[in-house]
Amino acid sequence: MLRFALKRLMSLVVTLWVASLVIFLSLEVVPGDPAAFMLGLNAQEDTLAALRDELGLNKGPVERYTDWVGGMLVGDFGTSYTYRTPVSRMILDRVQVSLPLALYALTLSTLIAFPAGIWAAARRGKPTDIVVMGITQLGVAIPNFWFAMLMVLVFAINLRWFNAGGFAGWDAGFFPAMKSLTLPAIALALPQASILARVMRSSLLDTLNEDFIRTARAKGLSRRQALWRHALRNALIPVLTIIGLQFAFLLAGAIIIENVFFLPGLGRLVFQAISARDLIVVESVVMLLVFAVVLVNFLVDLAYAAVDPRLRGRR
Amino acid sequence: MNRNLAFGAGLTAVFVLAALISFAWVPQDVTQMDIANKIRPPSPAHPLGTDHFGRDILSMIMVGARTSIAVALVAVGIGMGLGVPLGLAAAARKGGWLDEVIMRANDLVFAFPSLLIAIMITAIFGASALNAIIAIGIFNIPVFARLTRSGALSLWTRDFVLAARVAGKGAARISFEHILPNVTNLLIVQGTIQFSLGILAEAGLSYVGLGAQPPTPSWGRMLADSQTMVSFAPHMALFPGLAILLTVLGLNLMGDGLRDLLDPRLRRDRQ
Amino acid sequence: MTLLQIDTLSLDIRGTPILRDVSLSVDAGQIVGVIGESGSGKSMTAFSVMQLLPQGSVCSGRISLSGHEILALSEDHLCRLRGNDVSMVFQEPMTALNPLKTIGEQVAETILIHERTTAEDARKRAAEALRRVELPQDRFPLSRYPHELSGGQRQRVVIAMAIALRPKLLIADEPTTALDVTTQAEILTLLKRLVQEDGMGLLMISHDLAVVADMADHIVIMRRGEVVEQGPTQTLLRGMQHPYSLALLAASDHVPDREGTPQDTPLLRVRDVVRDYPTPRKGLWGKPGTFRAVDGVSFDIRRGENLGLVGESGCGKSTLTRAILGLEEVQAGTIALDGEPVFTGHRPNRAVRRRMQVVFQDPYGSFNPRHKVARLVCEPFHLLDDPPTGAARDRATAGALESVGLSAGDADKYIHEFSGGQRQRIAIARALIIRPDLIILDEAVSALDVSVRAQVLDLLADLSDRFGLTYLFISHDLSVVRSITDRVLVMQAGRIVEQGETERVFADPQHGYTQQLIAAAPQLPDDVRKLAHEH
Repeated sequence: MLRFALKRLMSLVVTLWVASLVIFLSLEVVPGDPAAFMLGLNAQEDTLAALRDELGLNKGPVERYTDWVGGMLVGDFGTSYTYRTPVSRMILDRVQVSLPLALYALTLSTLIAFPAGIWAAARRGKPTDIVVMGITQLGVAIPNFWFAMLMVLVFAINLRWFNAGGFAGWDAGFFPAMKSLTLPAIALALPQASILARVMRSSLLDTLNEDFIRTARAKGLSRRQALWRHALRNALIPVLTIIGLQFAFLLAGAIIIENVFFLPGLGRLVFQAISARDLIVVESVVMLLVFAVVLVNFLVDLAYAAVDPRLRGRR
Repeated sequence: MNRNLAFGAGLTAVFVLAALISFAWVPQDVTQMDIANKIRPPSPAHPLGTDHFGRDILSMIMVGARTSIAVALVAVGIGMGLGVPLGLAAAARKGGWLDEVIMRANDLVFAFPSLLIAIMITAIFGASALNAIIAIGIFNIPVFARLTRSGALSLWTRDFVLAARVAGKGAARISFEHILPNVTNLLIVQGTIQFSLGILAEAGLSYVGLGAQPPTPSWGRMLADSQTMVSFAPHMALFPGLAILLTVLGLNLMGDGLRDLLDPRLRRDRQ
Repeated sequence: MTLLQIDTLSLDIRGTPILRDVSLSVDAGQIVGVIGESGSGKSMTAFSVMQLLPQGSVCSGRISLSGHEILALSEDHLCRLRGNDVSMVFQEPMTALNPLKTIGEQVAETILIHERTTAEDARKRAAEALRRVELPQDRFPLSRYPHELSGGQRQRVVIAMAIALRPKLLIADEPTTALDVTTQAEILTLLKRLVQEDGMGLLMISHDLAVVADMADHIVIMRRGEVVEQGPTQTLLRGMQHPYSLALLAASDHVPDREGTPQDTPLLRVRDVVRDYPTPRKGLWGKPGTFRAVDGVSFDIRRGENLGLVGESGCGKSTLTRAILGLEEVQAGTIALDGEPVFTGHRPNRAVRRRMQVVFQDPYGSFNPRHKVARLVCEPFHLLDDPPTGAARDRATAGALESVGLSAGDADKYIHEFSGGQRQRIAIARALIIRPDLIILDEAVSALDVSVRAQVLDLLADLSDRFGLTYLFISHDLSVVRSITDRVLVMQAGRIVEQGETERVFADPQHGYTQQLIAAAPQLPDDVRKLAHEH
C-alpha cells in the first residue's frame, strides 16, 4: 500500500514539474513586454527599466523559472503586473468562491447520480430505466452555460427566488453565500450528474454479469442483495475515475459558469488577466488548477487501493 | 437498424445539411445588419426571430453550424490522427520506454483540461476559431491514444497476432493489418462522442470569447450576445441553445446506437 | 430415497428450444454424472434446478427437490432453498469469487443469509467449512482475499461456500475443467469425500467421460437438449445401446492409425535452453529479480516423429514453444533446425522460421475476424522471399484447404461462418501452406469436443503420413498425447524431468512427478477401453 502510494506520489511530482515547464515555456514565447504594456506607449525608458527590474524581467529565463517555482513552493506566487498586489492574495480571495462551488457541484452531482444510476441498473429495461436514461441523455447534451441562462430566466428573473448573479460573500453568512452559489452549482452539476449516472448504470450492469454474482445468487442472495452486497463495490472503480476527472472539469468548467453568474472566482480572474496581459497571474492560476487536477487524480488512485485489495499488494 | 442510431443519425443529418445548404443559400445574409428589425420575436418572415442587429436567427444558426461542425470535426481529426498511431505504438512496445513516454505525456495533457489549454493559447496568440480547434484537438489526442492502446493491448494477447508473428511479420505491419482494423469499432464510437464533446467545448469557448470571433457567427457567441437581453428577448437565447442541445443529442444517440451495433459482446447478448 | 426428480423438463430461451423432455433423478448419497458435448444442454439442466436461468427462459415439466416443486415456487422461496437445500459449484474458479471480499466473509455470507445468527458464530462455522475443504486456518485464515489463492484453492473456497449449510443436493458444473490434472484429482476426491460424509446427492456435469466414469454411480448421456441414454455406471459403460453413446465412447479413447515411422536423423535439436523473465522489483529501490521459466532444457525431435510435451500450467511449455518458433530469444543454449540456429545475432533466422509453423488451442481467437479465409491461410507466405501471387496463390490456398477436408470455395468466407472444428482445420491449412517440416501443435485439440477431436487427430495423422511432417504435440491431456505420439517429454517447473518412448513412459513412469501425473489422469477402465476400440 505504502509502496503504491509512494510510486503514485513520485509520478505526481514529475507530472507537476513537467507541467510547470510547459506553462513557463509557452508563456515565455509570448511577444510583447509586460512592463511596456503596463506603463503605456509614452513611458520613459528609465521608468521602464526600473519596472522591468522590479518585476524581475531582466533576469535570464532559467533564473526566472527557478524564482517562480521556488516562490510557489513557499506560497509566493509573485506580484501581479497590473494590480501590483501579491498574486497569492488575489488567488486566495478567488479560491474562496471557486473551490466551494466545485465541491458543492460535485456533491450535488454525486447525490443525484448514484441513486439514479443504481435505480436504473436495478430496473434494467423497465420504464424507470428508460425514463432515467432519457433524462440523462438530455443532461449530457445540454450546454451547462445555456442551462444556467435558462435557470436565471426562470428562477431569478421570473420567480425571483435567487439573484441573477454575483456572490454574497462569506461575510454575509454561510447560507446567503451558499444560496448565491446554488444556481451555478446546479448548472455545473446537471451534465456531470447525467454522465456519472450513465457510468454508474453501465458499470453496475457489467458487474452484474460477472461470474461471482452468479455464485452469490447460488448462495441464496436475491437479485437485490447481490446488487448491494457484491456488485456495487466492484462497480465503483470506473465511477471513481469519472468522479476524479469531473472534479477537474468542475474547477475548470466553473470558469464559464462564473461568467454567466458574474462570480468573482478564479475563472474571471484569468479572463481579466488575459485581457490585461498580466501573464504572471495567468501562469500561476493555470499552474494551480493543474495542481488541483493532478492532486485529485492522486487521491482517486489512493481510493482505488482502499476499494481494491489487489492493488494493496500481497501480504 | 436500432432506434437510437436512426433517430440520432437523422438529427445529426439535419444540422449537417443546414450547414451545407448555408454555403449556397440562407434565408437572409448574416453580414447585413437591419437595425430597424432588431430583436423581433419569431414571425413568418423570421421563423426564429432576429437578434440585436436585426440579423435573422435561423440564418445565423445555419451558418453557425458550419463553425461548430468544422471545429469539432477537425479537432476529432487531430485527436485521431495523432492519438491512434501513438496508441498503436505504445501497445506494440508495451512496458518499453516508448510506451512509458507516451503514457506520461498523456497524463500530462490530461492534467490540462481543454479550457486551460485554450486559455493558455489565447494568452499567447489571441482568441480565434483556429485556437479553439487546437485546444480541443490537443485534448483529444490522449483520449484516442488511451483508447487505442487499451484496445490494442488486449488484441496483442490474441492468438491471431501470435500467428502473424510466427509468419514473420513485424510490429508495425501487425499493428496496421491486425490491430487497427479490430479497433476501428471502438474508434468510431469514441469519435462520435468526441465530436459531440467538441461541439459543446467550442460553444463554451466561443461563449467566453476564446473561440470564433465576430463577425463569424457561432452558436456560443450568439448565446453570449443574448445574455444581457434574455429577460426581454428569450428567443435569442433559446434557439442557439436548442441547436447545440439537439446536435449533441443526435451525435450521442448515434454513438450509443453504433456501440450497440458494433460491439460484438452486446450483439451476442441479443441473440 | 429420491432427492431430486426431474420429469419431462423442457426449456425454451427466447423461443429457442434448449431442453426437451429431460428426465433424471438423484438419490441422497448418490453421484449422478451428466455428460455431453457442447450444446447438449447439460449445464442448462443444472441451472434449471437452481432456477438461475438467463432472462426469457421458460421451463415446463416438473422439477421436484426433496418435496419442493421448484417450478411452482416464488423467487423468495427459491432464494431460501438456494445455498441451503441445494448449492452449486461452477467451472471457472478464477472469476467465481468476489475479488473485493475476504474468503471468510464470502463463506460466512452463506450462513448469515439463511440463519439468524451472530457474525461470530458465522465466522466460526465458515472456518469449519474451510477446514472441511482442506483449507486449514493456520495457512488460509479467513482474512485472505481470492487473489492470494491459486485456482484449485479458490475452487475449494467455492465448495466451502456451497457446503457450509450441509445442503441435500450439490450441483457441480464442470468443476475441474479449468484445473490441472493433479488439482483435478484432488478436487474430485474432495467432492467424493463430502458426499460420503454428508450423505448429500451430487449432480455432476462434465464433458469428460473418464471423469464421470470414475466418480458417478449413475450416468446420463445428453445430446442436443435430450437424454439419449442413462443407467448405472458399470452396466451402462459396458452395455451402451444408443449409437451416439457408442460413438462418444469410441471418440473418448480414439487412437488414430499412423503408418510412417520416424527416421533416425534429428530435425530439431534443443540444447541447454534457458529463458529468464524479469520480475517486478522488490521494494522501491530493490533490484528486479528474474524468473527462470525454462531451465536447461535439451531434447531432439527426429524427422517424421510425433513428440509429445506434457506438463501442467505454468511449467514453461508455452515459453519453450515461443523460443523454438523464434519469437523470443533465449538467454542460454541453442535451438537449431537441421543444424541451422533459430536466432542468429539477436535476429530471428527467416530461413529456419519458414520451415516451422504452429496451430494454437483456441479456434476462436486464432483468426483475425476481419480477414477472409484466403488471406488468413496465406499469411505464412510472408516468410517466403518470393511468395506465389495470383493464380498460383489461389491454387496453393485451394490445395491447403482441400488437404484438411474443406473446399476451395471456403476461401471467400469469413471465419465466423465456421464451427470450432472447421476453424481448427483452417488453422492446420494455414500451417501447411508453406510446406513446413515441423508443426508445433500447442494444445491444438484441447478446446474441441471429443467427437470433433477424434476427427482432427485422424486428420493430423493422415497429413503427417502424406507430407512427411514432424509434430511437436504440446498438451496437458495425457490420453491424447498417449494416442498420437511416439515419444514424450514430461516438463515440470521449467525442466524436462522424464523423456522416453510414449508407451514405456506411460506403462512404467520413472520420475515421481510423472507417476503422479499418470495416476491423477482420469481413465476409463481397461475393459471399457477395449470395448471402445472395437467400435
